[in-house]
Amino acid sequence: MSVVVPAPSHGHPRDDRPSHDDLAALAAEHGLPKLGSRPALTDYVRQLWGRRFFCFGLARARFRSQNEQDRLGIAWIVLRPLINAAVYGFIFGLLLPKSSRQDNFVASLVVGVFIFQFFAACLTDGAKSITGNSGLIKSLHFPRAVLPFATVIEQVLALVPMLVVMLVVALATGEPVRLKWLELVPALALMTLFCTGIAMIAARLTIHIRDITQLIPFLTRLVFYLSGIFYKSPGADAKGGQSVLATVLEFNPVHVYISLVRGAVIVGEAAPAHTWRLGIGFGVVFFLVGFVYFWRAEERYGRE
Amino acid sequence: MSEPASPPVTDTAALLPPPVAARGPRPTVIVDDLHVNYTVYATGRPAKNESTKLLRRAVNMRRARKIHALKGISFTAHQGEAIGVIGRNGSGKSTLLRAIAGLTPADQGAIYADSDPTLLGVNAALINELSGERNVVLGGLAMGLTPDQVREKYDDIVDFAGIGEFIELPMRTYSAGMGARLRFAIAASATHRILLVDEALAVGDADFQRRSERRISELRDAAGTVFLVSHSLKVIQDTCQRTLWIDAGILRLDGPSAEVIAAYNASVR
Repeated sequence: MSVVVPAPSHGHPRDDRPSHDDLAALAAEHGLPKLGSRPALTDYVRQLWGRRFFCFGLARARFRSQNEQDRLGIAWIVLRPLINAAVYGFIFGLLLPKSSRQDNFVASLVVGVFIFQFFAACLTDGAKSITGNSGLIKSLHFPRAVLPFATVIEQVLALVPMLVVMLVVALATGEPVRLKWLELVPALALMTLFCTGIAMIAARLTIHIRDITQLIPFLTRLVFYLSGIFYKSPGADAKGGQSVLATVLEFNPVHVYISLVRGAVIVGEAAPAHTWRLGIGFGVVFFLVGFVYFWRAEERYGRE
Repeated sequence: MSEPASPPVTDTAALLPPPVAARGPRPTVIVDDLHVNYTVYATGRPAKNESTKLLRRAVNMRRARKIHALKGISFTAHQGEAIGVIGRNGSGKSTLLRAIAGLTPADQGAIYADSDPTLLGVNAALINELSGERNVVLGGLAMGLTPDQVREKYDDIVDFAGIGEFIELPMRTYSAGMGARLRFAIAASATHRILLVDEALAVGDADFQRRSERRISELRDAAGTVFLVSHSLKVIQDTCQRTLWIDAGILRLDGPSAEVIAAYNASVR
């Protein structure tokens, strides 16, 4: 099958190949933009908005396929952290004195483990969101921030059934149904902002240093033990000064968000205004820093 | 491209662009002295020094090696052109296409392009764990279509791919040919102003090849530019009027397909 093409005006460009400046001028004359240059931040945001359906579609498809192969399917999303909480509760319930535990230990532990799970998944999967999708990156052109965003959205979808179980556990351990549950919405929205920032930073760092994925399990373990999940903050000591652990807990973003969620669900753990301010600050700052940091390497993704 | 000597003009006429006919076909892709390097991590050739070789092995240090895949390519493509790209394996053809598609960044030089060029490749993987159906939807969304537009085109895409009930199965169960057909069907469903095709025609049976060749010429007629990488010189000769011959990262020849293919054949022999 032969196709006839209208003869273009070029003759033998090999002989009269235009110079550097000619080509750049020709491109300028016809308004052809330069490829591969990083779009301005505002254009980038607009492109990202244009792919919002793709972002959500990707998150939903991944979420569904993730658990399809197991017999219990999506139930594992809840079972995994529940079993996790049970193991920690068993071990630390035996190991630690009762005085170091929160009043409603079971509900506090479940909230802590579930909310931590959300953070850990965003960090771990976020770090892999560029390197693990090289097929997609090498075949289609779209703003790469779609990938860490989709990772976080996927985790938000997984968080919904976890929240339901969390509230059931709270009711079962004697917590009342109350209006304060509505605080879950701003608390988790802020945490999602924070986690998106973390996912974007981790995604870009992994591009520069692959070995980071090896260190992430240790990092998450460290954050886990420093987030007051199975013990309560020691607070002020006898002299009125704060212990190092209490200070770390106070400014650990993950502990901040866990405290906000506990404040909404558990009576007697109400979060002070100070904690809310920290939650807003960490959410906004990490999101903005993470977004700009990720965007600044946009042209590098896909080089590996 | 030089401007014709223009007659004296009035003030209002000076504000208008020169007549289109005088400017020839509009350029859609301008590649200006393009260099692309790859950094690959490989254990590579054994180290010369035995002691460092052992050390390397002990810490499992990977050496970074630079591969200069493209070494200064320049050309201009115009509206309505179908351009074949030929060369040996590893000469840089696919790298050139990926660079034009904006998927592999240039190390030096520049590429100017009209709109986002779309690459159709055999290697282009969608998401293997997902079913063909979900890949059709996601592929459409990734190209920037809205969910409504995807729904509209869905049946056409599935029909074009012609892989039957496999559309419900995960893509990892597909044969190489079926995967490539589905990818081609998805990418070809949107109208691209610049379409890059990498060996997509080599897969699939005769019937699919015929349909995809027809689709490529349709896309080109829709005022687009098509690049086609193929080892089948016959496909290039039949589909493309102009051909680029890439050899070891350098543009050896650029001209009418018949001439370039003849020169290429002469060199291979």
